[in-house]
Amino acid sequence: MALDTDARSLESELEDSGHARRAQAGGAAARLGAWVKQPGPLLGGPLMLFLALGFVGPLLLVAAFSLIPPKTFDLSGGWTTQNYVDIVTESYWISFAWSFGLAAVTVVCLLAVCYPLAYAMTKVFGRAASLLTLLLVIPLFVSENIRLFGWVLSLVKGGVLPGAADLWLGIDISGLLYTVPAIVLGLVYVYLPFMLFPMVLGLSMVPDRLREAAIDLGASRWQLFREVELPLAMPGILIGCLLTFILALGSLAESKILGGSVVVMIADDIESAFTFAQNWPKGAALSVLLMVLAGGLIFAVLSRLDLDKILGRG
Amino acid sequence: MDMAAPRETQSESPILRLQSVDKLFGDFVAVERVDLDIREGEFFTIVGPSGSGKTTLIRMLVGMDKPSGGDILLRGRRINDVPANKRPTCMVFQSLALFPHKSVGQNIEFPLKIRGVPPAERRERAEQLLRQLHLPLDYHRKPVGQCSGGEQQRVALARALAFDPEILFFDEPLSAIDYRLRKALEKELKDIHRETGKTFVYITHSLEEAMVMSDRIAIMRGGRIVQVGTPDEIYNRPRNRFVSEFMGEVNVIEVERAGERLRDTATGTELVGPHLPEGFRHGFLVVRPETFRFLDGAGGAATPNRLEGTLYNEYSLGSRLQYQVRVGASVFLVEKLREQRYLGQLDDRVTIGWDPAEAMLFEE
Repeated sequence: MALDTDARSLESELEDSGHARRAQAGGAAARLGAWVKQPGPLLGGPLMLFLALGFVGPLLLVAAFSLIPPKTFDLSGGWTTQNYVDIVTESYWISFAWSFGLAAVTVVCLLAVCYPLAYAMTKVFGRAASLLTLLLVIPLFVSENIRLFGWVLSLVKGGVLPGAADLWLGIDISGLLYTVPAIVLGLVYVYLPFMLFPMVLGLSMVPDRLREAAIDLGASRWQLFREVELPLAMPGILIGCLLTFILALGSLAESKILGGSVVVMIADDIESAFTFAQNWPKGAALSVLLMVLAGGLIFAVLSRLDLDKILGRG
Repeated sequence: MDMAAPRETQSESPILRLQSVDKLFGDFVAVERVDLDIREGEFFTIVGPSGSGKTTLIRMLVGMDKPSGGDILLRGRRINDVPANKRPTCMVFQSLALFPHKSVGQNIEFPLKIRGVPPAERRERAEQLLRQLHLPLDYHRKPVGQCSGGEQQRVALARALAFDPEILFFDEPLSAIDYRLRKALEKELKDIHRETGKTFVYITHSLEEAMVMSDRIAIMRGGRIVQVGTPDEIYNRPRNRFVSEFMGEVNVIEVERAGERLRDTATGTELVGPHLPEGFRHGFLVVRPETFRFLDGAGGAATPNRLEGTLYNEYSLGSRLQYQVRVGASVFLVEKLREQRYLGQLDDRVTIGWDPAEAMLFEE
């Protein structure tokens, strides 16, 4: 009890001195100065400044450009929504549809490819898993474009795969390159680590003892997956899905290099608006639209899934 | 302990029989030729220090590991190769292994859901178990992470009971719990055992815990079963020095034969032991601290075993007091009830002794 009272009087004393200090300082400027001197803002300051200049600034600039008349470069000339009207009335929805569609297909393929691999890396391979990780990481040191051209050499008519198939199996698969499946292959290949590693992380969060407990309580392999492994690995899987979806949505090289001109993705449209067509306002408007759509989708997914609840901290 | 007696005679054929069960990991023998009969409805505890093979043994009994040799028979049926999810037994884990993404109710209902029991029926059973384990009914919706340690213990037990196993195994579930709560949960577990009438097989490293709860105890050491018996048998007739030391603090005197008597190998003092077995040459005399007496001049003259030493320290054990008496290089522990406490001072010269019949003599 005595300790309690002491603590309380100490608290009120502190409060009193706090009041006094605030009164002494006075004024908004002084308060801001005091705030900046706290360790949080002080240490976070440089990064905040960098983000403001390098991330928020350009985004706002893009948003501003999307609202000036088409084919102008002057931000001081009055605002218009003409660019957005143009986009809606023209056939850009096709590019949007291709991008969203291919991104979705990529995520689904990656889920199917990565789950068994991630499971094996966490539970089956043991020490060999780190070697596999290394093998999967090494290609990241090579430029994406170079790796994609490697696929071109593999898939092109008379290339490695069709040539081999023709020679040894007598099958003609020369039409592989410049097709939609070739693009999906490229997307799945390039973004594999971005799905795999979050998934490995997610699966490694499922303790073995929970697996044993579930089996001991009668769970079959499938019930174990449904009831224990999947829900507990879900945070990692979701992060992988979001990462790869966003990356695939903004991808450009895969459709250009492996798809030829069979498909125009939205990033392709944005690039040509900024470069070839010299229509910055339209490129900016397309970019804003893509960000809003992607952001909205992610928000919708995340708001329906409570990460805390998935992690059992709810 | 008379109460335990009818339970023992309940059934002639054991629910679980182990026949010469071995488990090898490479060259390492974790469990060696274990024979055990566990009877229907009994609370059977396997006790052993860490590394004695008790966890390996229980993992084979629940089906998480396969024996390298021997047979495990459940009601006469060989179950060596039956996987854990096909066995009518389950286990309460040391870590409890509650599912963190499920509520208390979902955890308890898990085995029922696995079996395809309809939700309403599951819920009813879960609430019944919550009541049985003295948990509030509104805990059904509570995330397990928000429950206290003791509550999580109860949820784990409720989940195992929901499975309705023929044998319920426990892998040291109370070892990480603080003393007072552990004592309460031990008693509660024994109550649950009476209420359900199920066969409980419990493993622990604490013989004290085993004594409180068990109908019978098996003591393991180095992968082998050293002794099986009721708590009374284990306490009164330990088979060897290891078991007697495992019971708690004891005084061990290394002795050799000297005619019909014994000689303390450290000091050369002649001692009178209990009945000497045929061909005894060398062994250990174990004297429990509570069998020691302080001998004052007159009364102690009749006691043949006497040691003279210095009273070095006094420890309070609550209702009892423990004294450390130093005799030469050896240290002996003497325990007395509080009302029989020694009235002298530290550093007093004291004589301690014991009745020959109360000491235990072991060859190993």
